[in-house]
Amino acid sequence: MSPSAVEIAAAVRSGERSAREVLEEHLAAVDAREDEVHAFNLVLADEARAAADAVDAAVAAGTDPGPLAGVPVALKDNMCTRGVPTTCSSRILDGWRPPYDATVVERLTAAGAVAVGKTNLDEFAMGSSTENSAFGVTRNPLDPTKVPGGSSGGSAAAVAAGFVPLSLGSDTGGSIRQPAALCGVVGVKPTYGAVSRYGLVAFASSLDQIGPFSRTVADSALLLEAIGGHDPRDSTSIPDPAPDLTSVLDRGVEGMRIGIIEELSGDGLEGIAGDVRVRLGEAAAALEAAGATVETTSVPSTVYGLSAYYVIAPAEASSNLARYDGVRFGLRVDAPNAGDMNTATRTAGFGDEVKRRIMLGTYALSAGYYDAYYGKSQKVRTLIVRDFARAYEDFDLLLSPTAPTTAFPIGAKTADPMTMYLNDVCTIPSNLAGHPAMSVPFGLGDDGMPVGVQVLAPATGEATMFRAAAVLEAAAPAGHPLVGGALVGGAPTGGAS
Amino acid sequence: MTDRITRDDVAHVADLARLTLADDELDAFTGQLAAVLDHAADLDALDLDDVPPTAHPLPLRNVLRPDVVGETSDRAEVLAAAPSVEAEQFRVPPVLGEAP
Amino acid sequence: MSEQAPEIVPGWETVIGLEVHAELATATKLFSGAPNRFGGEPNTNVDPVSLGLPGSLPVLNEQAVELAIRVGLALHCRVQPSVFARKNYFYPDMPKDFQISQYDLPINEEGWLELPDGRRVGIERAHLEEDTGKSTHVGGGGRIHEAGHSLVDYNRAGVPLIEIVGAPDLRSAEDARAYVSELRSILVSIGASDGKMEEGSMRVDCNVSVRPVGQAEFGTRCEIKNINSLRSLGRAIAYEARRQVDLVTSGERVEQQTRHWNEDEGRTHKLRSKEEAYDYRYFPEPDLVPVEPSDEWIGAVRDALPMLPRERRHRLAEVAGVDTSAAALTVERGMDDLAVDAIAAGADAARVLVHVENNLADGVGALDAAAFAALMAMEVGGDLTATQAKTVLAALVADGGDPAAVAASLGFEAMDSGELEAIVDGIIAENPDDWAAFTSGDEKERKKKSGFFVGQVMKATGGQADGRAVNEVLARRAAG
Ligand SMILES: [Mg+2]
Ligand SMILES: [Zn+2]
Repeated sequence: MSPSAVEIAAAVRSGERSAREVLEEHLAAVDAREDEVHAFNLVLADEARAAADAVDAAVAAGTDPGPLAGVPVALKDNMCTRGVPTTCSSRILDGWRPPYDATVVERLTAAGAVAVGKTNLDEFAMGSSTENSAFGVTRNPLDPTKVPGGSSGGSAAAVAAGFVPLSLGSDTGGSIRQPAALCGVVGVKPTYGAVSRYGLVAFASSLDQIGPFSRTVADSALLLEAIGGHDPRDSTSIPDPAPDLTSVLDRGVEGMRIGIIEELSGDGLEGIAGDVRVRLGEAAAALEAAGATVETTSVPSTVYGLSAYYVIAPAEASSNLARYDGVRFGLRVDAPNAGDMNTATRTAGFGDEVKRRIMLGTYALSAGYYDAYYGKSQKVRTLIVRDFARAYEDFDLLLSPTAPTTAFPIGAKTADPMTMYLNDVCTIPSNLAGHPAMSVPFGLGDDGMPVGVQVLAPATGEATMFRAAAVLEAAAPAGHPLVGGALVGGAPTGGAS
Repeated sequence: MTDRITRDDVAHVADLARLTLADDELDAFTGQLAAVLDHAADLDALDLDDVPPTAHPLPLRNVLRPDVVGETSDRAEVLAAAPSVEAEQFRVPPVLGEAP
Repeated sequence: MSEQAPEIVPGWETVIGLEVHAELATATKLFSGAPNRFGGEPNTNVDPVSLGLPGSLPVLNEQAVELAIRVGLALHCRVQPSVFARKNYFYPDMPKDFQISQYDLPINEEGWLELPDGRRVGIERAHLEEDTGKSTHVGGGGRIHEAGHSLVDYNRAGVPLIEIVGAPDLRSAEDARAYVSELRSILVSIGASDGKMEEGSMRVDCNVSVRPVGQAEFGTRCEIKNINSLRSLGRAIAYEARRQVDLVTSGERVEQQTRHWNEDEGRTHKLRSKEEAYDYRYFPEPDLVPVEPSDEWIGAVRDALPMLPRERRHRLAEVAGVDTSAAALTVERGMDDLAVDAIAAGADAARVLVHVENNLADGVGALDAAAFAALMAMEVGGDLTATQAKTVLAALVADGGDPAAVAASLGFEAMDSGELEAIVDGIIAENPDDWAAFTSGDEKERKKKSGFFVGQVMKATGGQADGRAVNEVLARRAAG
C-alpha cells in the first residue's frame, strides 16, 4: 500500500523523505498505467519536479512547507492553472492557458502540495461516466472495461490507480461522489461556499463545489482544511475559516441520530441495485454498532431533485457557456461575420452532451417556458431545502447509497441520456440544498466492484459528517484489492476478478 | 414522443444558443430533450403556488468589495490567448447589426 | 433653447420617455478591481473578470452601490432590496455574452425629478448594471454595415452604470433636453457621475409616440438608440414625431420598433420590430447574492447628500423673490451660494441675477459674496454705472479685492449730480428739435428721444454717466 497523504506530509515535513522521491514514485505509477487508464489530460512532470524540489529546499532551509508538504495532487482539468492548459475536456478550450490560478490552486501551492497534472472529465463536467470527453474516455482502474463514473472520473481514477494520494474534483450533481463510489475511493462535496469557486470553470454556478478525492477519510479531511475557508474573490464563499476536521476524526458517532433516506434507498426509487442496498444496510449496522441510533426516515421531495436539477443546472450552464464564442480565447472557426463565427465555433467546439444541456437550459429560460420549467424547479428546490431542514430536526446525519449501481460498462448508457442522468438521483438533492455530502467506500457489489455509501449533513456539518465517515471506513468490509496504490511498479492488465 | 418540445422549438433554441444542428441531429435532440422534459412532468403534480423560489442555497446578503484598484491582467498574456489580434485589440469578423 | 415649438406637428402631441445610462464615478469596475478609467491604451484596464474569462467571478463594488443609493435618493426613489440578473445575448463587446443587470428587483424604484419650471417627471426605476466593451469597425469608413472587420477593446467592459428609466411624462424636445440636463446636473452634483455625454459616460435612449392633442391613450411607441448629444436628442425626437404623424395621417399604423438615430443623415431607421424582440432569458445571477442596503446605510447616504439643484433653485428663488425658472441658470452655473450670500449681505437680487447671467459665464474666480454685495450697493446707489460695475466685476473675478478700491483705481468716480445736470442742459440747448419731440407728449417719440439724449450724454462723458440718472434729469426738465 502506498503511503497516504497524511503519512507523506509528515515524512516530508520531518525531513524523513524528500518530496522529490515521493513524486518520482508516483510518476512511475503514472508511467506504468496511464496509457490504459487515461486519468490525465496533461501530466506536469517537469513543473511537479520543480515544485517538489522547492518543497525540499524549504525543508532544508528549516521552513515548514505546509500541511500538504510534498503530497502529489491531481487537479480536475476545469480548474484554472496559470500558463498551463485548462481544457474542461472540450475542443473549444483546447490549448487555452489561463492567465491566472484558481484559488484552490494557490492554496494547494501554499500548503506545499505538488500538482502533477490535470485530469480528464466529462466535457465541462457534464456527465456521469467521463465518456463525454473530447480527449477520450477514462477507464476504471479497477476494471478497465468499466467507467470510472463522472464527471470527475479522471480525478477518481488517478487516486484509485495510485497515481496520486489526493485529487480535486468538482461536484454539481454528484460529480465527485458518484465516481468516488464507482472507483472505491473517498469523495467529498463540501457545503456550498465552503471552498472557493474562483478559477473553477463554471458549469452551474449555484450548484458547483470543489472537493477532495482520497483513499482515506483522513486524507480528504487534510485536503479540505487546506483548500477551504473564505475567499473574497467568490461572492458565494462562506465568510468563515475552514473547519477543523482532522482533529475530530476519532470522535466516533456515539449518541448520534442517523436517518436513512427512504426515498433514495428503498423500493420506491427506480434502479437502486440489490447489492448496493445490502451494503447500505451493513453500513447502517456498523454505525449502530458504534453507538449511533439509525432509523429509516422520509425526505419526500428528494425524489423531485432529479427533475429540478435537470432544469436548473442546464439553465445556468446555457448562460455560463455563452462566453465560448471564439472572440477572446480558445477555438475559433472562421465565418464571414461575427455571429456566424460564434455559431460555427460553438457547433464545432462543443460535444453533443454539452449542446444538449445548453439547448435544454436555453429552452427552460426562454419566453413562455420560464415559469413552467425554471421557475417551478426553483420552487421544488425550496421544498427540498424545507424537507431536509425538517429531517435535520430529528437527525444529525442522513444516509443513502451514493450511486444506484456499481461501475457500469463503457458504452452501456451513452445511447440514452436520461438513463445516464438517473445515476445522479441520490447525489443531486445535496447540491440543490447546498449541503455537504460524501461517499465512503463500503465493500464490493456482486460484480466485485466497489459500493459507496453516502453520508449527508446539514450546511457546514462537515465535522459531524467526517466522524461518521471515519467510523464507516474502519468498519468497511475489504475493498477492492487494487485500491491503495498496489499498482506501483507493476500493472495488471485485466479487470477485477 | 410528446408535445413538450417540438422540432421547431429545438431549432429556435439552437439558434438562440448559437448552435447549428443537422437534420438528423435535430431529430435526435428533439427526442432526447422531450424525454428529459417528460421526466420533469413529475413536478406538475406538485402544488407550488405558495412556495417561494430558491435561486441560491446560501442565505448570504450584501457581499461587497471595497472600491480599491487591484491587479490588472498582462495584456500580452491575454492577447496571446486570442484567436485573432490587431492593434492590441481582439479582432473579429464584421459585426452585423447593433446589440439587441 | 426654444427654437422648437411645444407641438412639433400642429394638433399632435409628442409623448417621450427617456432611458439614461450613466457611468458611475468609481475607482474600479462594478464587479472587479480593474480600473474604471476613460481612455487609455486598449485592453489595459482589464482583468479575468472584465474579460469574462472562464472561472472568473464577479464581486460587487461597494462604492457603486453607495452611488446608486445616492442617485435613488436624489430622484426620490424607494431604495430597496435588490437582486442581480443575467441578461443573455451574444455580442462581441459583451465578454460573457450576458450582461449582469437588475431586472425584477432593481435597487431604486418609483421616484421623480423636477424640471426647472417646476413640472415633475416620473422615474420608474434606477438600477445597477455593467457596461460593455467597445467595438471599432474597420473598413467601410467605420460604418457598421460595411465594416471589413471589427476590433474590440474591453477597457470599458464592466464599468458600473446606473440605468435611469423615466416615465413617459415629457411632451417636447425641449422637455427632453431639460430633463437630461437636470438629470445630468443632479448626477454631477452628488458625485455619482461626471455626466460627460461627449465621452459616452451619459447615454440616452428615447421612447417616442404621438397622439392627437386631447387624446388620452398613448400611441404606439418606438425606441430610438444611439443618441449621443443633447442636440441629437432634440433632432431625433423631432424627426421621429414627424415620421409617426406622417404615418398616421396617411392612414398607416406606427409599428412598435427599435430604431437607430443616424446623426449624419438626420433620420432614424428601423433596427427591429416588436415581434423580433430579443429573448434575453433573464434569470437571477447565481454568482452574486442579493443586495439589501440597511436603513442605517441609506440614512447615512441621505444625510451626506449635498443640496440638490432643485432645492438650490427653490432656495435662491425664495431669497431672490423670483420664480424657480429665473433661478435656474445661476444654479446650473453653481453660483447660487454666492448669489444667496450676496443677497443676504444686502445686494439687490435682480442685479445679482443679471450679473450672473450676463457677466459671469466664465466663472466667479476670486469674487466673494461680500465684495459682490458691496459692488451691487455701489451700482444701485448710483456710485457706478452699469458699465462701470461690469468692469469692476471683471476685475474682482480676476484678482479679488475691495470694489471701492478697484473702482477708484480704474478712475470710476460717481459723477456729481450738478455736473450731470449741466451736461444734460447743454445737450438740450444744442438740440432744440429733439427736445421738442421729447416733450411733445407722444410716448413713442419720448422713448426714442430718451435714447438719443442718453447716448449724447454718454458720448460727452466718455460713458461715465449713469443712464438712469440721465433719464431722471430729463424727466425733471420736461416736467418743468
Ligand atoms: Mg433599457
Ligand atoms: Zn441598460
